[in-house]
Amino acid sequence: MKIVVPVKLIPDLVDELTIDATGAALDTTWLRLIINEFDDHAIEQAIILKERSGGHVTVISPNVEGVEDMLFTASAKGADKLVKLNGNFDGSVNNHALARGLLPLVQELQPDLVLVGVQAHNDMDGTLGALLAEYLHVPYVGYVSGVSVTSNQAIIRKEYPGGLVAEIEIALPAVLGIQASEQPPRYVAISKVRQMMKTVSIDEYEIPVFETHGGATVSRMYQPEVAEKATMISGDVDETANKLIDIFKEIGVL
Amino acid sequence: MVIAEISHTPSFSETFLTNLYKVENGERFRACLQCGSCSGVCPFGYLMDYPPGRMIAGLRADEFDLVMDTDTVWMCVSCYACAQICPSKIPITAGLMTRTKEELILAGNVPSELQNALENSQRYGNPLGESPRKRADWTTGIQPPVTILGRDRRPVDVLWFVGDYPSYHPRVQLVAKSLAKIFNALGISYGILGPEENSDGDTQRLAGERGLFEMLAEKNGRIFSRYQFNKIITSDPHAYNAIKNEYPELGVSYPVQHYTQFLAERIDQLKPLYKSEINATVTYHDPCYLGRANNIFEEPRLLLESLPGVKVVEMPHNLSTSLCCGGGGGGMWLDGFQWEKAHVRLSEWRVREALTSGANILAVACPYEPPRFEDAIKTIKEAASLSVKDIAELISDAL
Repeated sequence: MKIVVPVKLIPDLVDELTIDATGAALDTTWLRLIINEFDDHAIEQAIILKERSGGHVTVISPNVEGVEDMLFTASAKGADKLVKLNGNFDGSVNNHALARGLLPLVQELQPDLVLVGVQAHNDMDGTLGALLAEYLHVPYVGYVSGVSVTSNQAIIRKEYPGGLVAEIEIALPAVLGIQASEQPPRYVAISKVRQMMKTVSIDEYEIPVFETHGGATVSRMYQPEVAEKATMISGDVDETANKLIDIFKEIGVL
Repeated sequence: MVIAEISHTPSFSETFLTNLYKVENGERFRACLQCGSCSGVCPFGYLMDYPPGRMIAGLRADEFDLVMDTDTVWMCVSCYACAQICPSKIPITAGLMTRTKEELILAGNVPSELQNALENSQRYGNPLGESPRKRADWTTGIQPPVTILGRDRRPVDVLWFVGDYPSYHPRVQLVAKSLAKIFNALGISYGILGPEENSDGDTQRLAGERGLFEMLAEKNGRIFSRYQFNKIITSDPHAYNAIKNEYPELGVSYPVQHYTQFLAERIDQLKPLYKSEINATVTYHDPCYLGRANNIFEEPRLLLESLPGVKVVEMPHNLSTSLCCGGGGGGMWLDGFQWEKAHVRLSEWRVREALTSGANILAVACPYEPPRFEDAIKTIKEAASLSVKDIAELISDAL
């Protein structure tokens, strides 16, 4: 079982986001990148499958700041091959471009399963898995929360609203959009990650022709504006509490 | 006659025990009498599947894998009570308990709450998951301004290692502000590292993440070497313990004091600065890593006794028999896990004891304690009139 997991790094929300001078993109001066949470689940699901029924896991990521730490962590969890993808990843790369960029490498790796995070919070787009499946001419199932595999088919678990669960059988190879791995992403001791840094190498893959078209163009990016009916209360804790009490009295709840 | 050596692959117990002998004073594990004092004094020993004494018995019986199959070692709060009471002076906390947690972490057997704190410490340099850029935000408005070494670029006498909770936790930031006020009143030349400071890593180490501890210590060591100062003062006994006892073997060696030691040396300068009376009966909770682990018992009491209007009373468990607040050894990040197992909080036990002492202020000297004890007070009806104050806050109130 050959499993390929393309992952991406997205803005870490630990710091407040600011918008750059163009008014249509994030200011990247202080931006820290972190693995997309759904991609972290995709890696975990791949490792679970490998542990359960054997296999070889390749993790691929665009070569941006922080990619090596992330890849070595994946390796400490059990990934067998690490690849960083070289191309012009300045700014946000849309999923059409990323899918085209990944395609030749994924084809070369001849996977039985491609696991991607079902979506990422930096684009709220969720098309990467479906686009890759289309280019590879294989089936796609998204919002997956459990997978079991036999030699040439996979049984996929999907949770629907209202407490329903479905099991879907598909022929391999296939692409799956992972919503949640069967267990939460595991912790690996730093000593193991450091060991990987000394013993494991990261392959590099040059995207032959990186065409970035295909995505939506953001015309304006902005902080939510204060709605007309909202009253913003300012002041220190005591002032705010007193104003709240006055308002509660005024509307008759106190 | 030659007897061929029988090839033997060491069992998990044998390997573990061999490594344990290599810990400082580790050979004393051979001297365990199986008296059971450690298991009896352990605040959570009664509910561990294998309390410390039984763990040692398990090692000797070559059955340590049974210990590794349980998760109750995560109840250990690394409070040093077992090591303190042991008649053979076996390094139970530093050796056995910490090494067992290390094995569990290497095996990926980590309670999820603890996992978050460890991941945050790795990524952001603090277990709270806060932005490193905001580490000095608590200094806003303090006059004269707190020197941030990376920004202000001037040599200082004292490098104040503020620590995670005084930097970020809203309740403990009040302690940091009080200390800044005291340092300013005394005219101390001091500075902080601000965004460049990383967690001291000691509690992560005692929770079994040795690699993470080393990474954090190396980062702090690199930053220390960039600036000019004469000594380090910590707000946190855990940071004090790390910098004093653990950093030197990683090549990071500086004179270090806990702030209570530093201020006790300046008590004659402090006394004339006191302007208001505290008027309270105060009992002092010895933090594990100031008291039992580092034998600093006198200085905090000297400071309290110096305060006008303060009457100091002792709790039944005091000095080296002090009770743990429950935050050490990873306990700070295992509240849910420990509650599920025990349905009691060590902090509540301590607050009840403070009440019996007749005190109306529970004085502390460790950043884990104000939030832990204040939360405990909220759950104990009779404790409503008890307040929790760091010694730094009491001194600052008197200035």
